Amino acid sequence: MSNGVLQIKAMSGHAGTVPGANTSRDYEVAKLIDVTTCIGCKACEVACLEWNGYPFRETQFDNTYQTMPDLAWNYYNLIRFDEHTTPEGTFQWLMRKDGCLHCAEPGCMMACPADGAIVQYANGIVDFNQENCIGCQYCVTGCPFNIPKFNAETKKVHKCTLCSDRVGAGLEPACVKACPTGCLHFGSKEDMLDLAEKRVDQLKEHTAHKNAGVYNPAGVGGTHVMYVLHDATNPEAYGGLPKDPKIPLLVRIWKGPLKWLGNFAMAGGVVAAFAHFMKFGPKKEHGGEEHADD
Amino acid sequence: MTNGWIDIGNTDLMLIMGGNPAENHPCGFKWAMEAKRNRNAKIIVVDPRYTRTAATSDLFLQIRAGADIAFLGGLIHHAIETGAIATEYVVNYTNASFLIDERFNLPEDGLYSGFDEASKTYDRSTWNYQASSKAPAGPGPAALPPNVAFDPTLEDPRCVFQLLKKHYSRYTPQLVESITGIPKADFLKAAELFCSVRKNGDMKKVATIVYAVGWTHHTFGTQIIRAAAILQLLSGNVGRAGGGVNALRGHSNIQGATDVAGIFDNLPGYLKVPNPTDKDFDAWMTRITPKSSKPGEWDSWNYWSNTPRFAVSLMKSFYGDAATKENGWGFDYLPKVDRNYSWTSIWDEMYKGKVKGVVAFGMNAVAIGPNSHKTIDALKKADWLAVCEIYPDETSEFWKSPGITTEEMKSIQTEVYRLPGAGFAEKDGTFVNSARWLQWKWAAVPPPGLAKLDQEILARIFLRIRELYKAEGGTFPDPILNATWNYTTPHNPSLAEVAKELNGRALADVEDKATNTTMKPGQQLPGFSWLRDDGSTACGNWIWCGSWTEAGALSQRRGTEDPSGLGAFPNWGWSWPMNRRVLYNRASCDPSGKPWDPDRKQIWWNEAAKKWVGNDVPDFKADSAPQDHMGPFIMNPDGVGRLFAPLTAFADGPFPEFYEPMESPVTNALHPLRSQNPVVKKFTTAMDKYGTPAEGYTVVCTTYRLTEHYHYWTKNNPMSVQLVPEPFVEIPAELADELKIRGGEMIKVSSARSSFTAKAMVTRRIKPMLIGGKKTYQIGIPIHGGFRGIQEDAGRIIKQLTNNLSPTAVDPNAFTPEFKGFLVKVERV
Repeated sequence: MSNGVLQIKAMSGHAGTVPGANTSRDYEVAKLIDVTTCIGCKACEVACLEWNGYPFRETQFDNTYQTMPDLAWNYYNLIRFDEHTTPEGTFQWLMRKDGCLHCAEPGCMMACPADGAIVQYANGIVDFNQENCIGCQYCVTGCPFNIPKFNAETKKVHKCTLCSDRVGAGLEPACVKACPTGCLHFGSKEDMLDLAEKRVDQLKEHTAHKNAGVYNPAGVGGTHVMYVLHDATNPEAYGGLPKDPKIPLLVRIWKGPLKWLGNFAMAGGVVAAFAHFMKFGPKKEHGGEEHADD
Repeated sequence: MTNGWIDIGNTDLMLIMGGNPAENHPCGFKWAMEAKRNRNAKIIVVDPRYTRTAATSDLFLQIRAGADIAFLGGLIHHAIETGAIATEYVVNYTNASFLIDERFNLPEDGLYSGFDEASKTYDRSTWNYQASSKAPAGPGPAALPPNVAFDPTLEDPRCVFQLLKKHYSRYTPQLVESITGIPKADFLKAAELFCSVRKNGDMKKVATIVYAVGWTHHTFGTQIIRAAAILQLLSGNVGRAGGGVNALRGHSNIQGATDVAGIFDNLPGYLKVPNPTDKDFDAWMTRITPKSSKPGEWDSWNYWSNTPRFAVSLMKSFYGDAATKENGWGFDYLPKVDRNYSWTSIWDEMYKGKVKGVVAFGMNAVAIGPNSHKTIDALKKADWLAVCEIYPDETSEFWKSPGITTEEMKSIQTEVYRLPGAGFAEKDGTFVNSARWLQWKWAAVPPPGLAKLDQEILARIFLRIRELYKAEGGTFPDPILNATWNYTTPHNPSLAEVAKELNGRALADVEDKATNTTMKPGQQLPGFSWLRDDGSTACGNWIWCGSWTEAGALSQRRGTEDPSGLGAFPNWGWSWPMNRRVLYNRASCDPSGKPWDPDRKQIWWNEAAKKWVGNDVPDFKADSAPQDHMGPFIMNPDGVGRLFAPLTAFADGPFPEFYEPMESPVTNALHPLRSQNPVVKKFTTAMDKYGTPAEGYTVVCTTYRLTEHYHYWTKNNPMSVQLVPEPFVEIPAELADELKIRGGEMIKVSSARSSFTAKAMVTRRIKPMLIGGKKTYQIGIPIHGGFRGIQEDAGRIIKQLTNNLSPTAVDPNAFTPEFKGFLVKVERV
């Protein structure tokens, strides 16, 4: 489905610009998070909760401005706060909006055995369909970014949907709409990459951030949520963003070369069961008739 | 703001100090980010803590809370020393060249000339310009000379520039380091960066200075802002797109509250209130209407010379037909302000039993003022308290504040009335933002239950009081009986009607000879140039005249055209005065009327049309040709920006001088014997205690707000509570190590007044500093806790107010309390 089908072009009785009117969504979409202009205000956290209708929770003070230690099944969007000193001795307070990166080669989807529990749309959004989820949590193992979170009550796994419901209707994700500084951008992957590279060039030329770079890791085929980092050589400083994320080897082997083996084994099992039936007939219940003979 | 939010996007450099806009103004801070993205603008942040704003900065300097004047004085010194000043601007648009009275002395020993030790006030008559002719001064109070002696070469040792230079020559980088704790090398980095916009006097680039209550919350707050203004005038940054001195207002309508006189010594539109020395209306006008004072060769519009037009129109708006020329436009009806009625004085007087009741409307009195225990004790002595709020707040429940026993509660006789008010989304009307823009908003939902709109609550109280006066007479019923109340629904006036009243209308035929047009009685006036002092116009607030004209509510406009690309958006809302987006914009041009920067053209002189034209409304006399040399600062009687603020402009000096906070860890490095601001008086009740380092109070404490919370409201909002669930104290990691405290452990912070116990947030964002060679720690506490809220009610956090700690000590000009930079001690619990 083209993302542009339901894109709003004009609105009645609405003063000012039409939200999202000039954003191309014809092809692959992407969210760009320019960490260098993020102020950690958490408007994205709140917008995410409100759009997804999740309740507020009790949190605990944990010696940080960060709302809580990690994402949760009903908390898709968390700004991670880190105090960091660069090798040159400059102190920094890093704020990175954490959440699903919507990989082009999603480890979660690769690991998932449940039919249709994880889908990847043509526009690049990776979405979980909880009705098909069997709660095995293989996706958690498959994700190199530690994103999917399990709801122990419903036995389903959840994560950021990149607001696939909004994007499908031609709107930007809720977090992007709420961002006051414009550090969040949304549009085609091509446009976002272009914007990111221009910003990186600007940072290198006009600021002290000579190692600025785009985080769009090749190990997962690139992502549909990208970052501009002050120092792309040290993504770990930003709340443990992996430097060279890869889908875990076990998942790759299991779901790649070993997959035919598994299928073969499964087919073999069926064949063996049939042979067993032909040879020994149906399995008998113990007791019952035999006891009747007594 | 001299400029506006969007205009920050036009800047080349931001000095952000005394404010944390990323934290407290995140939406407006977008424009700072735009300036970075679109103009490669640089940000310098100077703050006691590494803040959210600092996280986006190019250069961060940690300053001791309260040392701002030392830092800014150092910048002024650096700018003069390195020639990074806008000479042509300074000579023509400031009073740099004006000569000063020979009797005036700089405060080498901490005192300007004229100090009276007994009253702790200055006789400010020597803080004056020299007259060009040596005619003896007439009788009566000292006044500015109509003809000022001046030296455009700026070489006369008595000219303002030379005195300024001498004054700030003491603010060397070494002194800055010793007072502020900012290492000399770091200070020089900031100074070089700030002065880079005026390198070799080149006028193209512009820097803005952005501040908030981090500058006002001091016993010298006004002078910090003065220092910023001086720096910006020397740099030629005032009046220009991307420049200015920009106060970020903390609440959505605090600017509007100020404009309509939420201050005891003002009437709407910043008219000065009458006092008991004013015998009649004319005497009042004579006292408050300034007379032009300038070099003979120059011109000055002296716009405040129109004061009587604004004042008479205001009186007509207040009292209608009852305001006549014969009764001095109802002058006797106005209260005469006989003493200080600012915040701390009101509570001090209530504490002393003089003030018997208070209406707390839309503010949580016991939480927002300093020294909360004193406020609470004062309320215990009051006869009555009426609180209009949307939640049951600490003020309406002061009688059960922590520490009050059940027995004591029974003895508190204060009658408390709770009035259920309406929240911001339940009301229409205008917000005036920091950029002076009046923007109309429409109610989203009606007030719930029995809650009523503010205007209905006020109107019902007023009408009942008037009925009582009508029925019973009383001492002086006239002001109440004669007040105009011409609303369609008297008990619930529509805010559209109020807004129209504030704009003003013609009461008789009013003619404008220049355009040969006439306004008919009842017609809405198009602007304040139409206001008259003969009673033919009524206007509730002259600076808002032009906001609701015959064309309708300009505050409701939502035009998104921006032809200049400078973010002026002339058809969006309406800004006072007369939709001017950048104040003093005449100064955006050189003396001949050409923009300093052709890429950011605001206004310019059109020789063919013989008038000022451009992308903004000229904040100037439209037909005053450049050769007339009229000063761009039209609200000053001298027409120029004041490096030297003469006579009674400020209580504590014509130049800002660094003084230590009321409680400080060291004595003043400039003049140890005059450590504090000499005109600041201590309060004297038993509740007013001030701590010293000798008593163990050695840690500098500052208080502030978080982006996740809105004052004391959002502790009732689960969303905000979730984001920051409990109060905390931010302390440097080194202090934590000394006290053997880890993050999350409880600590007790004590001042001379009270104590505050909360979890420690141990951070490297605050570092220990060397002040006067002594290792000094700073800590910080957000203000948002209290004893009524989700967490408080559930018993999950300690019930207490941050302002239990802060002292009752106020700025001598604006009377703002010193919430920042007081002394405490820190212990583990």
